[in-house]
Amino acid sequence: MIIDIRNLYKNYKNGEMDVPVLHDVSFSVDEGEFVSIMGPSGSGKSTLMNIIGCLDRPTTGTYLFNGEDVSKMSDDQLSDLRNRGVGFVFQQFNLLPRETAVENVALPLVYANVPGKEREDRARKALDRVGLSDRADFLPTQLSGGQKQRVAVARALVNNPSILLADEPTGALDSKSGEQLMELFCELNSQGTTIVMITHERGVANYAQRVLVMSDGVLSATNKEDLGGIK
Amino acid sequence: MVRVNGFGENIKLAFRGISTHKMRSFLTMLGIIIGIAAIIAIVSTIKGTNEQIKNNLIGGGTNTVTVKVKQGEWDYEFDYSGIPDGFYPVSSDSLEKISSMPEVASVSRFVTRSYVSNVSYRGTNLSGCGLIGVDQNYFSTTGMQVVKGRLFTEHDYVHFSKVAILDRSTAKSIFNSEEAIGKVIDIGSESFLVVGVVDTMSQFQPTIETVEDYYTYMGNSSAKVYVPLADWPILYQFDEPESIVIKAKDTESMTEAGRGAAEILNTALGISETNDSSTGEQQFRYKADDLLEQAKNIQDLSKSTNSMLIWIAGISLLVGGIGVMNIMLVSVTERTREIGLKKALGARKKRILGQFLTEAAVLTSIGGLLGVAVGIGLAYVIHFVADVPVAISLPAIAVSVVFSTVVGIVFGLLPSIQAANLDPIEALRYE
Repeated sequence: MIIDIRNLYKNYKNGEMDVPVLHDVSFSVDEGEFVSIMGPSGSGKSTLMNIIGCLDRPTTGTYLFNGEDVSKMSDDQLSDLRNRGVGFVFQQFNLLPRETAVENVALPLVYANVPGKEREDRARKALDRVGLSDRADFLPTQLSGGQKQRVAVARALVNNPSILLADEPTGALDSKSGEQLMELFCELNSQGTTIVMITHERGVANYAQRVLVMSDGVLSATNKEDLGGIK
Repeated sequence: MVRVNGFGENIKLAFRGISTHKMRSFLTMLGIIIGIAAIIAIVSTIKGTNEQIKNNLIGGGTNTVTVKVKQGEWDYEFDYSGIPDGFYPVSSDSLEKISSMPEVASVSRFVTRSYVSNVSYRGTNLSGCGLIGVDQNYFSTTGMQVVKGRLFTEHDYVHFSKVAILDRSTAKSIFNSEEAIGKVIDIGSESFLVVGVVDTMSQFQPTIETVEDYYTYMGNSSAKVYVPLADWPILYQFDEPESIVIKAKDTESMTEAGRGAAEILNTALGISETNDSSTGEQQFRYKADDLLEQAKNIQDLSKSTNSMLIWIAGISLLVGGIGVMNIMLVSVTERTREIGLKKALGARKKRILGQFLTEAAVLTSIGGLLGVAVGIGLAYVIHFVADVPVAISLPAIAVSVVFSTVVGIVFGLLPSIQAANLDPIEALRYE
């Protein structure tokens, strides 16, 4: 089990008031799974994603990542866990505009203190996995949206993380690029990559084997068929 | 060994960050450039002035110090005081002692009369010249070399040869373009054969800017006629007090050499260090012309005025540092998303801190290096425009560059801490 979340609560302080965002969330993700978490904006799915991605800590409850208790980790330990455990894919790609694709992909390896030559080799291999080896030395501005997001996927994969964590990965893409990205996700998943994807689009969510629905801070399991089967 | 992770990476990022905003970076550096340039220019002119003072007062770097008989601060003059009680020519024993002092390279004794009016050539008087009776070491000790003819020989001293040596300017003023060697000049009623012309070894040009400078050089610039010390009794008294001139091992040991030699001479004559207070007049005693000390006093004066200028330059650096802090804060704000991303990808706080500190330090170090270049240029502009001597100080350059780096680190600290402490979630959401 890679992710094991039990009875997780998250409150935000808004002045004197405690605003509950996540309410008694429990779920787990096994190795090799492709799980999507669906929900409208304001449902708390971004907060959940931040906690899954070790960017935030739960208020109460336990979160075990590969058996390690995240809630007790120091700032540096969380940084290291993000570095080797989690591969982020963001809606807005978040590529550094002045660095080439291969440099962007190599960035997590910089913080893993991998030597320069090895960084580049591994970054080029990761770009090859997402089918962009011919764009390795392009700047982000020279790439299309779909290509940018695939560079971001390569960056997420480069340090061999336990999970690929995608937050609305198709949100900034046209439908064709979105479909291609989802096909890439499925392909990576079939090669053994564990994926957790957050989205508000049913069609995108349905690429996953398992869909969880977030509503008003409560997470519930759903049958894919119940979502209407739109793909 | 502590390995700083990602230092090379940080340097690369720093240069990339700086080159992305060239204009902004340059304007930010400007405060540092001006501050460092001012410091380098000031230090260079201080150093140049000091070296000139030292050279001027100490006489072209020959490191010679003269020990004369003095009454208080006044030089002894035979015409005025006669032979003071208890004074004898310098004994060979004293000379031996002086030359064996560790600070002393060589020593020579001489007798001198200034403003002598009875030196003439074919009836034309050489008015106000200095007549100097010298031993054989004199010319080598004072750093003079023969330009024509010869120096005095052993033979001249043993046989009381009536021979004279002139300095170059004296020879020129007496004989114009005529050959000096072989001419006969009259000193009083005695005739002397000119055998040599000497000149100072260095092509040193004294700068005379003050009355003090003038008095220092007046002695040097007046006409000089040298005769063997052995001939002195032929011209004047037999046992006139003699002076000595010492060539010190180096400039720093001049003061000690002069002081020590004066003490040896005074002790030999039985002159106590303290003044005899019963007599109102100050006693005659040997005293060294402490030019090094005079030079130091003048240097201290110029240092204290210029240290104020350095403080002003320091304020410019402070202002420059605040400018760096300001622009780094802007830079951190602009790159909030980048910082958030890096944190999400696993950058520890220290890495982010290191990145921004390095950028600030690189920025100010480049400013410091440019400042050094501008400062050297400025020093030479001052040199040519205001005719102030300059000497570039390597330690000052090193200190300036290090200091500008430190300014970057100090003023970059607050923005860097701010960057390191950004919440990655907030930072990623930042538009």
